[in-house]
Amino acid sequence: MTAPVLEASFALNVALLLMLVVLAAAVVWTRSLLAAILLMSVYSLVSATWLMVMDAPDVAFTEAVVGAGISTIVALGAILLTRGEAVRVSWKRQVVPGLLAGLVGGLLIYAMSGLPDFGDPASPANSHVGRAYLETAKRDIGAPNVVTAVLGSYRGFDTLGETVVILAACIGVALMLGFGPRATLAPPAGAPGDHHVVLRVTAKMLVPLIILFALYVQFHGDLGAGGGFQAGVIAAVAIILHALVFGLRETTAAIPPQAARAVAALGVVVYAGVGIVCIVNGGGFLDYDHLLTPQIEAMIPAGLLGDPDKPHHWGQYFGILAIELGVLMTVSATMITIFYGFAGRTIDAIAAELRR
Amino acid sequence: MSWIATHFNYVVVVILMMAGLFIVFSSGNLIKRMIGLALFQSSTALFYISFGKVSGGTAAITLDAQGAEGQALAAQLDPAYVAQFGVEGVVYSNPLPHVLILTAIVVGVATLAVGLAIAVRVRESYGTVESDEIDAVSRVAAEQAEPAP
Amino acid sequence: MQLEALYVAQPALTAQAPILAIAVPLIGACAAALAPSGRAGWMISVVAAMVSAWMALAVAGEVMREGVILYQLGGFAPPAGIALRVDAMGALIALLIGAVGTLAAVFSGHSLAAEVRPEKHTLFQAGFLLAQAGMVGLVYTGDAFNAFVFLEVSSIGTYALVAAGERRDRRALPAAFNYLIMGTIGATFYVIGVGFLYGATGTLNMADMAARLGTLDQNAAVQAGFAFIVAGLGVKAAMFPLHGWLPGAYAHGPSLISLFLAATATKAAIYLMARFLFEVFPDGAAFGDMFLQWVLAPLGAAAVIVCSLQAVFARELRRMIAFSSVAQVGFIFLGFSLANASGLSAALFYMTAHGLMKAAMFMALGGLAISIGARRLEDFAGVAREAPWTAVAFGIGAASLVGTPLTMGFLAKWQIMEAALAGGRIWIFAVMAAGSVLTLVYVGRIIEVMFFREPAPGAPRAKESPVGVLVPLLILAGLSLWFGIDASLPQQLAQAGAASLFEVRP
Repeated sequence: MTAPVLEASFALNVALLLMLVVLAAAVVWTRSLLAAILLMSVYSLVSATWLMVMDAPDVAFTEAVVGAGISTIVALGAILLTRGEAVRVSWKRQVVPGLLAGLVGGLLIYAMSGLPDFGDPASPANSHVGRAYLETAKRDIGAPNVVTAVLGSYRGFDTLGETVVILAACIGVALMLGFGPRATLAPPAGAPGDHHVVLRVTAKMLVPLIILFALYVQFHGDLGAGGGFQAGVIAAVAIILHALVFGLRETTAAIPPQAARAVAALGVVVYAGVGIVCIVNGGGFLDYDHLLTPQIEAMIPAGLLGDPDKPHHWGQYFGILAIELGVLMTVSATMITIFYGFAGRTIDAIAAELRR
Repeated sequence: MSWIATHFNYVVVVILMMAGLFIVFSSGNLIKRMIGLALFQSSTALFYISFGKVSGGTAAITLDAQGAEGQALAAQLDPAYVAQFGVEGVVYSNPLPHVLILTAIVVGVATLAVGLAIAVRVRESYGTVESDEIDAVSRVAAEQAEPAP
Repeated sequence: MQLEALYVAQPALTAQAPILAIAVPLIGACAAALAPSGRAGWMISVVAAMVSAWMALAVAGEVMREGVILYQLGGFAPPAGIALRVDAMGALIALLIGAVGTLAAVFSGHSLAAEVRPEKHTLFQAGFLLAQAGMVGLVYTGDAFNAFVFLEVSSIGTYALVAAGERRDRRALPAAFNYLIMGTIGATFYVIGVGFLYGATGTLNMADMAARLGTLDQNAAVQAGFAFIVAGLGVKAAMFPLHGWLPGAYAHGPSLISLFLAATATKAAIYLMARFLFEVFPDGAAFGDMFLQWVLAPLGAAAVIVCSLQAVFARELRRMIAFSSVAQVGFIFLGFSLANASGLSAALFYMTAHGLMKAAMFMALGGLAISIGARRLEDFAGVAREAPWTAVAFGIGAASLVGTPLTMGFLAKWQIMEAALAGGRIWIFAVMAAGSVLTLVYVGRIIEVMFFREPAPGAPRAKESPVGVLVPLLILAGLSLWFGIDASLPQQLAQAGAASLFEVRP
């Protein structure tokens, strides 16, 4: 029972993983934080590629937008506000950490011998619940992308928790950086003849296109890779681009920080609200089969989405649509809040804080 | 040798975990420690995804096995293998680890943002992000707070 | 008081109570973040915490009547879907979280005004409610990965909340950073451990996992999974020597957060660890028993002795009480290490007792912090004269901590010691006795300074806490006394919880 495709993808798997090891080693060695951050960004892109080889397009997409995108922006903002180089650590102080890491590594290597072989289709992990989803998702949920079905419905409660974690980060960053003396990140005022005209024109064209792409990713989630998280980050990137080119003052005039925080909270309300509606209609929390009352379901035209003969799980369909909307709101607003937090502080703000 | 082939991914995961942990434990720079933490967290993603891979599988987006794409995939595999491990004629990789890791990645970026925000506040309050210097500032402040003997 | 007979809510509401205990503070957190003023945020916080506590009480009654409650989320049966699974132990811990959360929310009205910038109050309340929702979720969930998500829900906001103590004490910032690093390493270790168990069993549901692990106790991956889960949760539970984050976070964070974390955060992690130790891992597996005997017991004993000594020599009062918390976690682990129903039940009762007494002590200090910005022990000289009610409430908490008869702490300590004697572990009895003597030493120092010393001339004079602080404070202190006399409410839950875990075990 050979699987001929394995050899080709396995070589790719090995090559990409070795690249990750090299990148990680470089991150360990370098003292320059800028280099470390950029290496981590490359690391994320390489691991996104690896995730594609592992048949995980949804995760690859998320890793690309989150790891290589927003994490890099946040980390760059942080070193801009702190410092760009780490102090050299003497070798004596590396011995104990080295031993500790070695201990954990040794335990892990010992443990790995008990894990099933790579790619084994009969391993416990691949034959119990994971396989059951593949068999039942079409019947229970109706979404072709099984990852979306599991994420939105079977394990929708996890995803609610995950959205709440994002909101917690929004609250945390806003508490830390959102108040006190603020910078405006204004473009150099009164610069004779605008040197950034190309940048401005391009940005003006790009922002709506990026938002459009975010919406595509949002609504394409149950058919292919994508969903609220990826779309939320992409939408936030459009706003961040606007702020970088036109200045924070312009952007906060359009989307005030308070509004961003409110949208982040409302996203969780939408998500949890779907759950509550299901309870009110007589189901359990997040049981989308009870999201729509029979009266409402009867009003939906049979051919609303393509084939009228195919039975549709309207509750599941609208439930996932609604929670993905909540996710989109929270994620995009949180990413914008985080960016505002870091971009809004400058050395001036720091000096003022120090004088206080 | 065959053990290396079947467990290569896990060995890499261990190396990445150790690298991340080593940075967190050895570095005194708060930003560098956050980077190490991000590396450590991301290695769990590789761990979970590795055991969700199925040989000859494809992404868990249900295909029509009779369609051209499904036929092309099936042609690459032994029919007996497909019959045993496939679902409606297509072999898929396990979607559950993917879902879990989507959550873990998002938790990772949330942690990173909060951690870096605290680091920035430390810099504003102490004037440095190196642990040794922070400790020194705290010690001096504590000594000044002591009443004169 | 018999919980079975207690009518708290309509049956239809009780059926949804487990999820509402989580969802109401969650939605409350969003509402608080949207609130127009700090005062509105405070009211939302109080109401949401109260509803969560009410639902937790309804769940506790239902568990006593019906046994373990399963609540399916999304309408999918586990292991495909996530299910909440509440037993008597979980019901007890969630009740503790709800009760302390409600009282802490009431207290926060005055405490935040003194410690946090006014424009941050709404967000602060939101973060506080998220932490509460996360902890209840952590306790109720029956899914190992979902527990990780709630572990993070309860933690991520908390890191920033601890850091917000910087306005009064800037050491809160590095302490919070340290807490974040340690907490994240702990949570990641937990995820790695769950990964091993998932790799070995193919499931994430804890009950399903337990069933499938039955024959796998020789598997290296399962053993390592066990080690990583215990170490990861050990960080969160402040298990000696993984407790490094705790003293700083408790000593420098805002009063509200110190009090809430001290009373609940470690308890939720310990509870989850207990579920893995006694429920998920194979019955009678050699490595599980070895762990309890040779790792958990010695570490618990070391925590009791070392951290009690650190508390004796600490200079700052809040730090002292924080070290004492690590020592008390040691007592709880000593109870676990007996590996029988009476030991576990005693440990659970101890967790409740400790939560209530530490909440009272930190709340009293928070009340005093409104008027004096004191840190060192000497700064509290003679506060009993200026603020008698606050000092008395602190004293009741401290008496319970020492184990004075007629307090809950006495019953709790006595139960563990009795279980140790019954199990023939004289040395555990001796460690407990030594730990109690050390507790008496440092508590005696505090009481002496607070009640019997003259205030230093020129030192800021303490004021009696405002009513909004005194009411929850005296309720907490009263609970420590009430359960010292009539312990039936926590006792029946602790015993039922321990019995349900051990009835299947020989």
